[in-house]
Formats: sequence, C-alpha cells, structure tokens
Amino acid sequence: MSALAASQTKTMHSREYRIRKAARATLNYVVMTLLALFFMFPILFMLISAIKTNEDQITGDVAGLQAFVPYPLEYQPYVEALDEQPVEMREAYTGLGIQNFRDVFRRTRFGQFMLNSIFISGTTVALGLLFNSMAAYALSRLKWRGQGLVLALIVALIIVPFEAVAVPLMLLTTKLPWIDGTIGWHNTYHVQIIPFIADAFSIFLFYQFFIGLPRDLDEAALVDGASRFRIYWSVIVPISKPVFATVAILKFLQYWGSYLWPLMVVQLPDARPLTVAMNEFFGQYPRLWGDTLAFASMITIPVLIVFMLFQKWFVQSVASSGVKG
Amino acid sequence: MADPIDKQESATSHPKRRPRPSKPKGGESITAWLMIAPAALGLVVFMIVPFFMAFYFSFTDTRLMSPNPPEVVGLENYKQLLGIKAISMEPWIDAETGEYPRSRTILRSEEYKGERLQELTQVNLLGARYLVAAGDPIFWQGLLNNFKFVLMVVPLQTAFALLLAILINQDIVGANVYRALYFTPVVVPMVVVAVIWFFLYNPGVGTINTFVQAVTFGLVGPQDWLADPKLAFLCIMLVSIRQGVGFQMVIFLAGLQEIPQEIYEAASIDGCNRIQEFFYVTLPQLRNTTIFVVIATTILAFQLFTQVDIMTGGGPSNASMTTILHVVNEGRRQLRAGYASSITVVFFLIVLVISIIQRVIVREEKAVT
Repeated sequence: MSALAASQTKTMHSREYRIRKAARATLNYVVMTLLALFFMFPILFMLISAIKTNEDQITGDVAGLQAFVPYPLEYQPYVEALDEQPVEMREAYTGLGIQNFRDVFRRTRFGQFMLNSIFISGTTVALGLLFNSMAAYALSRLKWRGQGLVLALIVALIIVPFEAVAVPLMLLTTKLPWIDGTIGWHNTYHVQIIPFIADAFSIFLFYQFFIGLPRDLDEAALVDGASRFRIYWSVIVPISKPVFATVAILKFLQYWGSYLWPLMVVQLPDARPLTVAMNEFFGQYPRLWGDTLAFASMITIPVLIVFMLFQKWFVQSVASSGVKG
Repeated sequence: MADPIDKQESATSHPKRRPRPSKPKGGESITAWLMIAPAALGLVVFMIVPFFMAFYFSFTDTRLMSPNPPEVVGLENYKQLLGIKAISMEPWIDAETGEYPRSRTILRSEEYKGERLQELTQVNLLGARYLVAAGDPIFWQGLLNNFKFVLMVVPLQTAFALLLAILINQDIVGANVYRALYFTPVVVPMVVVAVIWFFLYNPGVGTINTFVQAVTFGLVGPQDWLADPKLAFLCIMLVSIRQGVGFQMVIFLAGLQEIPQEIYEAASIDGCNRIQEFFYVTLPQLRNTTIFVVIATTILAFQLFTQVDIMTGGGPSNASMTTILHVVNEGRRQLRAGYASSITVVFFLIVLVISIIQRVIVREEKAVT
C-alpha cells in the first residue's frame, strides 16, 4: 500500500522531479569537466606550445586562451613559391610544425638520452621483477630457518626512504669495482640500475599476493617431482600476472621520473637520463620555450601513450599499493 | 597468519595426503636462501650498509673526493646542525626607538664568537626582542618549510582526493574517462610538471597571472610568483597537490568500493540524507584508508625535492628550501658528505616517528573493533 502511494506521489511530481534530476546531473558534469580541465591544462599547454615554431608567438600567447589553441600566424612573411621551399620554411610561414622537436635533436643528444632512460628503467624493472618475486616466493611458500626474521627485516626496510641513504650510497658507489676492472660507478648505466633492483616494497607486494595462492599448487607439483625453482617459474609466475603488472607499472613510473639519484651520480652526458638532461637543457640561456616544451613533450608522450593503453592496469596498481600496513 | 590454519584444514580434510614427499629440511633451506640471495644481497649492499654508513659519517668530516682521510669529529656536525639559541637583544637607547645593534655585531662579539652562529630570525616576545641564531639557519628554514608543507598540503590534498573519489564513484556515464583524466598528472614525470609550471607562473605576462587577474577582476595584479619569498613555496605546494592528488583519489576510490552497499541501504531506511550518510557511513568506513593516505602524504612531504630544485632552487633567499634539497646542496654540491649524512639521520628519525605513529593508530583501531 505505502509503496503504491509512494509511486503515485512520484508520478504526480514526476515532471518537477525529472527537471531537478536533470539539473543536478548537468551541474555534476559541469563540475567534473572543470576539474578535468584543471588537471589537463598544463599538459595541453605543453603539447600545443611545443608545435608553435615562433618563439614570439608562444611568449605572447601565454597571457590568454590562445596558449591552448594551435593557430597559424596572422602576419605571414612573403615567401616565393611556398610549396617548393624546404619544410622549415613552410613551418616558419604558418608558425606551426615540428621545428622545435628538430631543434631539440639538433641542440642536444636527445636520442641518446631517450635510449638511456629506456634502457635504465627497462632493465631495472625487468631484473627487479625477477629477483624480488623470487625472494617473495621463498618467503611465502617455503619453510626455512630465519624466515620470520628476514621477513620482518624486509618490512622494516620499507619505511627507510631512499633519501636517507642517498649520500652514503653516493660515496660507496665511487669506491665499488666493476667487472671491467675500473673503480667507481659514477657516470655509468649500472650505477643507475643495480642499487634499485632489490626493492623491499616490491618484495612485500609479491609476498602478499603469493601468500594468498592455494598451497595445493606447490604440493601437486612437488609430487610430480618438480624442483622449487621450477614450481616458481612454471606454476606461480604464470598465475601471478596481476601482481607483476602492478609492480612493473609502479616501479616504471618511479624510475622513468627518477631525478635525485642521477643528479647526484651522473655528470657526463653518456649515461644521462631524460630527466636530468631536461633540467640541463632548461637551465641553458637563452631559454627557448618552444624547444624546452618540445623536450618536455617527448619525455611525456611515451608515458601518456602507455597510460592510455593500460589505463585500467595503472589505476589498479595504485589502488593495490594502498592496501598495506 | 592464515598459513597454519590452512594447513590444519587440509590435513583434516585429506588425511591420506599427509605423508607428502618430505624433502630433507636442509635442502629446502638451501633452495630458499638461493632464491632470496640476489634480492637480499642488493638490500644489504645498497640499503642496509649505506644506512649504517650514514650514522657513521655523521660523526666524521668525510668529504666527497678528498685527498685527506676523513677524521672522526664526534658530535661536531650535530652541534652545527641542531645548535639554536635565542639571545636577548639590548636596544641602543630604549625599546621605543626600535634601534637595535646589528645581529652580526652580537654574533661576532667575544661572547658568541666561538659558536659560529648565524641569524635565523628575530622575534618580539613580551616587549623584549630576541635574536634567534642557529649553527645552520638553512636547515631550520628547510625543516620549517617541510612542516608547513605537511600542515597545508596534507589536509587539502586528502580532502580534495576524497571529493574526487566520491565524484568518480557515482554511477554515471563516463566516470571512467574522468577518472583517467584526473589521474593523468600522476604519470607525468615531476621534472616535466615543474618545467611547465615554471612557464605558467611566468612573471608579468603569464597564464597564471592572467587567470588570477580575471577571477579577481583585476584586484590582484601580476605577481612575480616564484621570485616572491611569500609566494614561492605556496606555488610549489599547489603544483604538488595537483600532481599527487590523483594517486590518493584512486586509493580512496578502492576504499569506497569496499564499503558494503547494505550499510547505505540501512542508513537510507533509517532516514539518513546524503550529508548524514557521508559523515556517519562513508567517513568512518574509510578510516584506515584515510590514515594510510595521510601518513603516506606526510612522509612524501618530507621527501620534497624535485619540483623545488627545478622551479626555485630553494630560493628566493631560502624561502622554499627543503630538508632534502639542503642534503643535496651540502652533500653533492658542497661535497660535505659527513655533514649531509647528519642531516639525513635527522630526516630518517622524523620519518621513523611518523611511521611509528601510524602503526600505533592502526593497532589501536584493531584493538577497538
């Protein structure tokens, strides 16, 4: 009865109700879109300014909404037979194009820096996935003496921030030998890779995932005579893709944006990663906005593409990183 | 914890499977150590050893690339780092005229010369003026900024993240698209964010200036954002919030989705409106998530470095200095590794205290429920 009455009042007020609901929904979208603009406008500013080839146009545009519009120059210099001119000339004519990107390659060793960053982040993530998951497997699915102590130690290490050990580590790495007989790791790839492979937080994330897997998996394989390493490699790893993706994404973001450590141990350009190279380039005078923002765009675009492709995974990784303590 | 229970269960339900191929215990131990060895070696060499080195160096005058062997100097570094003193200032004539001797004159007088103090600030307290001098004023300024950052950024960012999470959690078309857009700044490297904002904060003609002038109808004129001691650090806070809030939003979102729907249904039957629902259901259910977010953001606040180094370099006149920037300046740029180590020890102790507080709060929560 009362339900019927309620539905009747609802239909009686349905027009008003619907209008109010629509108004609320619209307001909701307006607020959410404004917030989206707040988060996206600096990236848009960067990408759009990077394709404006005329430095005066960029510096003039920052005062207003033109900063977010790629538009051709109003004053266009006269060029004879424009179509036959080289591409630089045509871009100078319209004020739009990839001239800034070409300049970055001309003025810096951008390709080298990009390869450095890809190699350093890629290797650190790959080796980290292997060694940390292996350690977590031993901690979570084997029985051995000292297990509890090692686990407690690793959990305790999670709270030690890298900044707390950076200075002594910098000193230590000046004195370490390398396989080619040289002493001192500075200005190399390995000084940026090896200290970061073992990672307490990664081990912890793997541990949490492995401990939740059914125990029968290992036992069945043991009966079949598989070795422990074999079980880890062909039973556990294939069914643990989500945690591997989580660790890979979180760590990749960290290493790709890494700045403090390379700043401390890499002074020469050969092993310099993009972040430090960007800062170096940014510090040069005269400071050209177009070139600097083109440089910044080229660091960001690869991550943005990967993010757009694996958006769901990124969000899940971050969400699962919060489930701790 | 779940481990032994699991085993008991399987032992009772499959009694025949109990005699499993029992390998000698030593064999399993060796396998375990072999599997853990690479990671353990890495952690020992690159975390634990440097961690103790930091303590040792902090009692020495170790320098980066020095021909002379380092010497143990005892508490000298900590004396300089933590030494702070309030000196009452005597006016030349009387307090009315407001004429006081220069702080330098006081600090170089016979009485204080040996302590090598530098002016940090001057305060008026109960009609008297005090000169606050410290062995390392830059360190105190940096530490103070870190605390300011915590007080401003942690509440704002947490509240903002929760608001975003609630907006995204609505059952509406396109929520996923908005989630992706809000999250995008998180994947952009901080170096890039800092450089973009350096341009946006352009003094005179700049995007932020134009925007501020437009929304205040010209009341607030163009500011020299990053070169103004009052504004520089605020600007950095804004950049940090915008960059980091998406991360916390996603953590809150996960927390929101774990709240059982029945509680909301019960609340609406009891006649709760939306606002009551938020305060009596959502917030209490998010307690642990909120603790995690607050503590994680607090620790990150003490690690603040990249955006400051790029946007202001700690300036103008140390107005945006931070602890870690000071560590890098002393340890890398001045090559004073021993002194820098003493700063990192203090930094670590702060982080440790915060982590312990977190543990205590979370444990209390578990004891209550």
